[in-house]
Amino acid sequence: MSTAAHADSGHHLEHHQDHTGAKIGMWLFLFTELLMFGSLFLVYSDYRMQFPADFHFSATSLDPLVGTINTLVLLTSSLTMALAIAALDRNRQRIAVRLLGVTIFLGGVFLVNKYFEWSAKFAHDLYPGSETLSMMAEGERQFFNLYYAMTGLHGLHVLVGMIIIAVMLWLVARKPRQKHMLLDVQPARVTLQDANDRELLVLPADDHVHEVHVTLVYDQHEELSRRHLIHLENTGLFWHLVDLIWIFLFPLFYLIT
Amino acid sequence: MEKQVTLPYGKYVMVWFGLLALTALTVTAASLHFGKWSVLAAIVIATVKSSLVVLYFMNIKYEEKIFKIMLAVAILTLMVIMVLTFADILFR
Repeated sequence: MSTAAHADSGHHLEHHQDHTGAKIGMWLFLFTELLMFGSLFLVYSDYRMQFPADFHFSATSLDPLVGTINTLVLLTSSLTMALAIAALDRNRQRIAVRLLGVTIFLGGVFLVNKYFEWSAKFAHDLYPGSETLSMMAEGERQFFNLYYAMTGLHGLHVLVGMIIIAVMLWLVARKPRQKHMLLDVQPARVTLQDANDRELLVLPADDHVHEVHVTLVYDQHEELSRRHLIHLENTGLFWHLVDLIWIFLFPLFYLIT
Repeated sequence: MEKQVTLPYGKYVMVWFGLLALTALTVTAASLHFGKWSVLAAIVIATVKSSLVVLYFMNIKYEEKIFKIMLAVAILTLMVIMVLTFADILFR
């Protein structure tokens, strides 16, 4: 009995460290993202200090309403993402799946808005390298170059985030495969192994043991729901970072008129 | 059953309301034309909004200490790069 209890606590400790380690890895990745976008904000600040008038004038051509709507859409998608993780944490698998669906939908709404916004700019011959833009003042050129580079890179992150969330939705919604276990009865000991040959249980035995009856109590419900919690948490971290970057992009491009 | 790592649903909804209110504030502040101060106002509001996202949505407030230290180091590094660059631009 004490052996079993010991093995159980060891399993939990190992799982806990995996969880922390996985999250640390995700945060390290987020820091590289932060530095990448941070350096773009640095370039933006430099040009803006050089050409304040051009920047203010160029920003008037962006519709603050579209920017505001997209801000609300992205903030709401961050909420549904956080709620999806909270739902999975409480074993509410179906609610989590629906909330992830809403999150992907909102990401789609953001990109469709962005598409119409960019299309309108292209229709006015305003894109990097266009004839109209090349005749404009240097500051205006830099504003639109940065506008396309920064919102473009951000939009790419929204797209990647949507794909990752879609994969997570599929993983969470999927039924788990059946677990195969092997009971190995040897003269000195009895071991229970899973499909990966990992020993789940080792019991001492002697020559008199001929038959072992094992009843596996398998909490399928919990296994089903919480299996992917850490992956969904890391997905959420990425999605919130995308939201975070937009929180700064929005005022710097749309609200500086 | 393992320990729950997330907050009650209501708390996330409250953070969301806060974020919406701050968005309304930053849009209103921009339309008032504070001149030079409007940039500062926009940056301050954006910083408050991102703090809400990091602390609650990204769970940093309730995370182990190692995450807080790592985040502090990352933000500090970014700040050093920015301050040094701005110093170079302004006093060149």
